[in-house]
Amino acid sequence: MELQINNEVHDVDVEADMPLLWVLRDILNLKGTKFGCGISQCGACTVHVDGEPVRSCSYPASAAEGKAITTIEGLSADASHPVQQAWVKHQVPQCGYCQSGQIMTAVSLLAKKPQPTDADINAAMTNLCRCGTYKRIRDAIHDVAGNNPETTLAYEA
Amino acid sequence: MKKTPINQARRRFILTSATVGGGFALGLQLPTKAQMATDGGSDINIWVQISPDDMVTIKYARCEMGQGSMTSAPQIVADELDANWEQVNIEYVDVNEHIRMNRAWGDMVTVGSQTIRNSQEYLRNAGATARAMLVAAAAEEWGVNASEIDVNNGIISHAGSGRESGFGALAAAASAQAVPETVTLKDPADWHIIGQPFPRVDIPPSVDGTQIYGVDIELPGMVYASIRQCPVFGGTLKSFDASKARSRRGVIDIMSIDDNSVAVVADNWWRANKALQEIEIQWDSNGNGNVSSEDILSTFKASLDATDAALLPNNSGDADQALANAEQVLEAEYFTPFLSHSPMEPMGATVRINSDRVDIWASTQAPEGLVSELVNALGVAQENVYAHRVQAGGGFGRRGGSSDYARSAALIAAQLPEGTPVKLLWTREEDTQHDFYRPLAMYRLKAGLDSNGNISGWKTRIASGSILNQMRGVPLRGGVDFTAVEGFTRLPYQIPDQFQDFKLTPTHVPLGFWRTVGWSQTPFAREQFIDELAVAAGEDPYHFRLKHMAEDELSRHIMEKVAQAIGWDEAPAAGIYRGIATTEPYGSFTAAAVELSVNDAGAIKIHRVIQGINTGHMVNPDNVRAQLEGATVWAISAAMWGEITLEEGQVQESNFHNYRLLRMAEMPVIETVLEATGGFWGGVGEPGQAPILPAFCNAIYAATGTRVRSLPLKHHGFSLA
Ligand code: FES
Ligand code: FES
Repeated sequence: MELQINNEVHDVDVEADMPLLWVLRDILNLKGTKFGCGISQCGACTVHVDGEPVRSCSYPASAAEGKAITTIEGLSADASHPVQQAWVKHQVPQCGYCQSGQIMTAVSLLAKKPQPTDADINAAMTNLCRCGTYKRIRDAIHDVAGNNPETTLAYEA
Repeated sequence: MKKTPINQARRRFILTSATVGGGFALGLQLPTKAQMATDGGSDINIWVQISPDDMVTIKYARCEMGQGSMTSAPQIVADELDANWEQVNIEYVDVNEHIRMNRAWGDMVTVGSQTIRNSQEYLRNAGATARAMLVAAAAEEWGVNASEIDVNNGIISHAGSGRESGFGALAAAASAQAVPETVTLKDPADWHIIGQPFPRVDIPPSVDGTQIYGVDIELPGMVYASIRQCPVFGGTLKSFDASKARSRRGVIDIMSIDDNSVAVVADNWWRANKALQEIEIQWDSNGNGNVSSEDILSTFKASLDATDAALLPNNSGDADQALANAEQVLEAEYFTPFLSHSPMEPMGATVRINSDRVDIWASTQAPEGLVSELVNALGVAQENVYAHRVQAGGGFGRRGGSSDYARSAALIAAQLPEGTPVKLLWTREEDTQHDFYRPLAMYRLKAGLDSNGNISGWKTRIASGSILNQMRGVPLRGGVDFTAVEGFTRLPYQIPDQFQDFKLTPTHVPLGFWRTVGWSQTPFAREQFIDELAVAAGEDPYHFRLKHMAEDELSRHIMEKVAQAIGWDEAPAAGIYRGIATTEPYGSFTAAAVELSVNDAGAIKIHRVIQGINTGHMVNPDNVRAQLEGATVWAISAAMWGEITLEEGQVQESNFHNYRLLRMAEMPVIETVLEATGGFWGGVGEPGQAPILPAFCNAIYAATGTRVRSLPLKHHGFSLA
């Protein structure tokens, strides 16, 4: 089947039900997309299919045929995407393993809602982070949106 | 210091190198003559290499898994060296070279929040020695007195002659200098790199997908393996029928391992795992097939009444007499369950066996542990094992004790044609069901109050398994497992009459070091029981603690800071309740205060968490903050939902749908209070968790009147809003 990934077309000979994640990782050697659970729970495997975040561990490769797939490697050539820059500025990652998925999810949230509220962030950012970087993820998203991260989600007594 | 703009951020580290020859002892003994590295750099000592372009390469021996010591440990060297941090590269120490050089770089194992605490002295010496040799080289070359030479931010200068130089031009001459026998370390007031919140060097590759974890290794001719291990611990493989699996696309081999596992090797991991699911396996549970959580619980209850427990060393006075004299006596039992680590990167390893060498790539906290695991599994000499360094996708203790996943990968590789690299990756289900779990523990506490509301007599009975005894057969000291009782061996409260003991309670469940180890669970009992006593005495829990603590008690100091930060002495807004706790884990002092409200349905809304730490000296404050934030999330996940349960000898939880972790929507506001009072070096990665759990549960009691003495909270009708 033909898959369009990061603006390049790849012809891959895989089973129709092979999840996109394993085509990316083991066939095309795009290792930035991670395996965390395999059952759509953690979001470590998040990529964009036609701009929408999908959990590629549970998304058959065949369903992505004819669509535009973007992985973390395709977000920018030099880590210059504003979300990537904000992630460095706020020192978000700890182990970093979940962060490709977090970043892909955040990019799609910001594409839809350039100035997300905390509630928007809560609704969209359902990816797990075992290291517990959620505070900094929230701050970084607000920063990209031009909100002041210091004053968002203030103490509500 | 100016931060490098992100789009120009240098990748500061290289994975491995092998540039130093000869055999040197830890840190300071140097090559007898200048050793030129392949890139023209000079090894000033085994920690510091300087290249002609003034770049300083500092070696990092431990493992980075998100805790930040790949940045903070080199900061220590760079400070004594008076290097320019913008000219510092960081390079992992090569494991094989380390072993061949008689463990020249000290401990590689990265556990117990120890990297800074137990290497700071030799790291400071390494930096100071290298600086002294640069100065000696400059003095020689410039014909001036070494004592008149200054080093500042990577520049060596002599005011009298106006001479100055970068490090690079003097590096070769410096490496030929005699090693000074002693060096004077800086006064902490003169530190300018220690104490700075420099960006972590391993973060840039984590935002663009280029960070390489153990599971990301790709080698020419590589094959992939998926494994199923006997679901009952201690069970064995009886038989398996692989006829359906064998004909599946991509399947290369199907094999049993260690008589307790079945593995499929294929040309793609998904194909291997799919085929594995089609294998019918018969297991022999070897007598453990009936064990349930309830059975384990009754064993532990019996341990609370056992008459042959081992005494803790800090017993003093006559607790029974003090209790007999007390006005009122309280007794309570606390329970903390088994927990899995569940790092986001599942277990796995890539192994390639050739006739003359074995290579392994795996996320680990114990690089030398990988080597010894392979030595045991394959019978090869340790000098011929090459463990390659990668970032770990979380460790939390799972990758620091047993390297079981490396053994399986090696035994699979041993059954494949020579030189075939095989990558074993566990499913999340295998990861959850074949962990080395945080020990289940029970605590019985008993204490009295006199007529002034002072504690009169204290008794603790601790029942727990022993991690090291079970994992490695390490004998207990005086019958006590000291990781299980941490938190009780030195109460910060002045209680003259104490009696505490420990009853070893083994089960068939494998045990491991889970982030914060005993300190992840003992404060749940200790710091709640103190609250129970305060309530019984009719006193405020914070002030009740204060009156039992010495003025110079450091866990008092940090608790006071946290109490100030939350405004403890002013009442919270209506409907909001507070809890507080203080602890002394891993050489640091941590305290926490939590504000929350609980609705009628038991939904807890955490409004604010104040998390305070005193590390004595603090190397990288922003990283400390990050560790506190993460530790809070870790503790609340465990409090709300964390438990590993057993039926028929098997773990029931399997993946994140039934082993719940906190998500963004449940994330509380966290404020951190950083204190560095000096005088000691405390740990950072684990201590933050210790006070959160009891502070949280104390706040729940304040809000609801429900004293939660067993975890998780989901079993008490609570949820997180
Ligand atoms: S691996 Fe896809 S959601 Fe977890
Ligand atoms: S940064 Fe480690 S899991 Fe998110």
